[in-house]
Amino acid sequence: MLQIDLWKRVLIWLVCVTGLIMALPNAFYTRVEQSNDAVIEIIAKGETPERLEIVEQWPSWMPSSLVNLGLDLRGGAHLLAEVKVADVYAARMDAMWPEVRDALRPERATVGTFRRQAGPDGQIRLKISKPEGMSRALELVRGLATPVTSLTGVGATDIEASADGDILTVQLSDAEKLASDDRTVRQSLEIIRRRIDEVGTREPTIQRQGVDRILIQVPGIGSASELKKIIGTTAQLTFSPVVGRGSDGDAAPGVGNEIIPSLDEPGVFYTIESAPVVTGEDLVDAQPAFDQNGRPSVSFRFNTTGARRFGDYTAENIGSPFAIVLDDEVVSAPVIQSHIPGGSGIITGNFTIEESTNLAVLLRAGALPAGLEFLEERTIGPELGQDSIDAGKVATIVAFGGVLVFMVLSYGLFGIFANVALILNIALIFGMLSLIGGTLTLPGIAGIVLTVGMAVDANVLVFERIREELKAGRGPARAIEEGYSKALSAILDANVTTFITAVILFAMGSGPVRGFAITLGLGIMTSVFTAIFVTRVMIIMWFERRRPKTIEV
Amino acid sequence: MRLKLVPEKTSFDFFSSWKLWMGFSALLMVLSVVSFFAQGLNFGIDFRGGTTVRTESSQAIDIATYRGAIEPLKLGDISITEVFDPNFDEDEHVAMIRIQAQADGEAISGETVEALRAALDVIAPGIKFVSVESVGPKVSGELVQTAVLAVVLAIGAVLVYIWLRFEWQFALGAVAALVHDVLLTIGVFAAVQIKFDLAIIAALLTIVGYSLNDTVVVFDRVRENLRKFKKLSLAEVLNLSINQTLSRTVMTSVTTLIALISLFVLGGDVIRGFVFAMIWGVIVGTYSSVFVASTILLRLGVKRDWSKVANTTGNQFSNIDA
Repeated sequence: MLQIDLWKRVLIWLVCVTGLIMALPNAFYTRVEQSNDAVIEIIAKGETPERLEIVEQWPSWMPSSLVNLGLDLRGGAHLLAEVKVADVYAARMDAMWPEVRDALRPERATVGTFRRQAGPDGQIRLKISKPEGMSRALELVRGLATPVTSLTGVGATDIEASADGDILTVQLSDAEKLASDDRTVRQSLEIIRRRIDEVGTREPTIQRQGVDRILIQVPGIGSASELKKIIGTTAQLTFSPVVGRGSDGDAAPGVGNEIIPSLDEPGVFYTIESAPVVTGEDLVDAQPAFDQNGRPSVSFRFNTTGARRFGDYTAENIGSPFAIVLDDEVVSAPVIQSHIPGGSGIITGNFTIEESTNLAVLLRAGALPAGLEFLEERTIGPELGQDSIDAGKVATIVAFGGVLVFMVLSYGLFGIFANVALILNIALIFGMLSLIGGTLTLPGIAGIVLTVGMAVDANVLVFERIREELKAGRGPARAIEEGYSKALSAILDANVTTFITAVILFAMGSGPVRGFAITLGLGIMTSVFTAIFVTRVMIIMWFERRRPKTIEV
Repeated sequence: MRLKLVPEKTSFDFFSSWKLWMGFSALLMVLSVVSFFAQGLNFGIDFRGGTTVRTESSQAIDIATYRGAIEPLKLGDISITEVFDPNFDEDEHVAMIRIQAQADGEAISGETVEALRAALDVIAPGIKFVSVESVGPKVSGELVQTAVLAVVLAIGAVLVYIWLRFEWQFALGAVAALVHDVLLTIGVFAAVQIKFDLAIIAALLTIVGYSLNDTVVVFDRVRENLRKFKKLSLAEVLNLSINQTLSRTVMTSVTTLIALISLFVLGGDVIRGFVFAMIWGVIVGTYSSVFVASTILLRLGVKRDWSKVANTTGNQFSNIDA
């Protein structure tokens, strides 16, 4: 009759205890947060007694994941930017013009004289004086095309040339435009990410949205305008001589030198000469490439001044390392193998293809590849966030208390069982939120409060069913058993339908609304779990112990 | 001694004056639609673009003075409202300033915000901008589309789910109740002119979920009683089922309302509109699951004689219980 296998009981309690432990760090939010930050600092900058002390504020054997607080609770800035991808087309065409000119020039006899006409951005419009030579001109221009390097554009070339009377029009092909848009947005994303990381704020969110948009959320920053300024600053690239390499970030670097960390080797520091050999201003191009062994690498090219200085330096320093420094971090420190005269070179390292692409992007990242249009911006002051947290806390506690009292008044002992389940329920929500790294927003708090109200529903369904069974004259054990089994289909149907709406909210919503969907969805899962397992185990354990002849629900 | 909101055994006849209730609901729905078209919704910037600035100052707020200070900046249509909340301190005066969307599809510029701050600082020294939110018209149009799509999708998805789990008459009844609830909520927002923004869409969807929750519990009992009491008429079965679940319906509504009301009073003004929508939705949703969904089910009728057809044709997904 009333039985649950031992292993099921153990499993149920195990889930509850795990949830409680996972949720626990959130009860000591500030302390755990400081401790986590200190751990990151130690990895980045090395150990100090103060940092270790802060780390020890929270025992390392305890879980330390916290619920992220959304912008509306923590304060910060939110930007939605659209990358003006078409900017790039114009730049590409302007860069192409000399090539077109050089290709046509030797064939003046066939095509006659030609002049570039004013036309829309992203097109080269060419008027030739001998329209009968148009087919030759088209042939020459088409000869300049290169295949598109993207998955979707296989077989297509990057430019399209067409003729209309004596006007020859050259523009990017659709396939190339697609590929170019994608590159532009990825470059912009990478540059924005880098610049924001530079400022060192906590947990920024930088995501691509749709085809050409970038969502940027930075907690703790003063205002959206400030964020825009950060995005607008340019990255600093230098090529500097390396003096030494070590693991101590606070050592004395010596006169004219400085110590900077490595970008991807934690705990490694380089001592470099402060005066760079060449700076990023002299760089004209950087492309992802492959070295002679077929490993991903980055090729770059300097302008003439840069090339001369770089050539002289490499000739004099064969065998010694030099550092490629980006925004005060060493990207890589290769050893000079030979004199590099032409002003172009190749950076090798343990790159994946993706990394080499990113690095090429970063090297070119003097400026964003295209303009940004800010479609949406929000600034939430930290005070407002704190007020919302405080108000939310009070409201949750009052809501909680009210429901607890009401349940005991209505169902007596069974009400207490439901209340224990309710408390566990909240703990489980926080535990799961921490586990999946979910974000708690103000509507999210509302979702939790709503869950408090609705979580008892499943229990109420069961208890009412038990009451009915008792009224129908069944014994206590049988009534409890029947109550659970008959209420199950109602509980499932009711919660599945609400869950469907939570899923749709999550899929369609953004920001705060999504936060609400997460807590609502988690709340539904945990409340079904607590109602059909946890209270049942409690009731059965109580029943086995007491063996009451009659029960009152 | 137990607290009992509903007597031990009830036998209300919920359908004796169904015409009255349906008429009442229909009237409210018509009023909602009229109010929606006559007054329109007080759309927040999420939906029509523009900027809202939340200011905080220790001086009392005089809206005319604020307006006078902002007018010279020529920002177009502005609206200023003072915000009151029991959580505020004595000398905490909060205002919401809304500025219409500026030309060219972009969000507001940093310079404009600075100019606004400077202008207001003259009349209220030390004024703080605790939040500035700006949405360009390009995005707001898309947000409207997504929001409408989300509500339609949610209703469609549950329609399918209930159809699978019950029969199509149940699904129609449930969805009629949903449309009723959503319309009435939009109607009340149009009538009272509370700000309608993205969060309200979330509230609407939650109302959809809650109302369904209620309807489904009643329907679940109807399904069970239809099998149990083959002799009773549909109206009797419906009445019996609603009476049997009445205690639960009231209990759940009360616990949810306890939670929501405490959030409404104590949760701060930022989410008050959102919570208001939910409170309204819980009340309307509870009402509609009895008086709209069940009445429609009664009018549509249910096929009750399954003896001739294989039991698995209409409700093959209904036996997942226990």
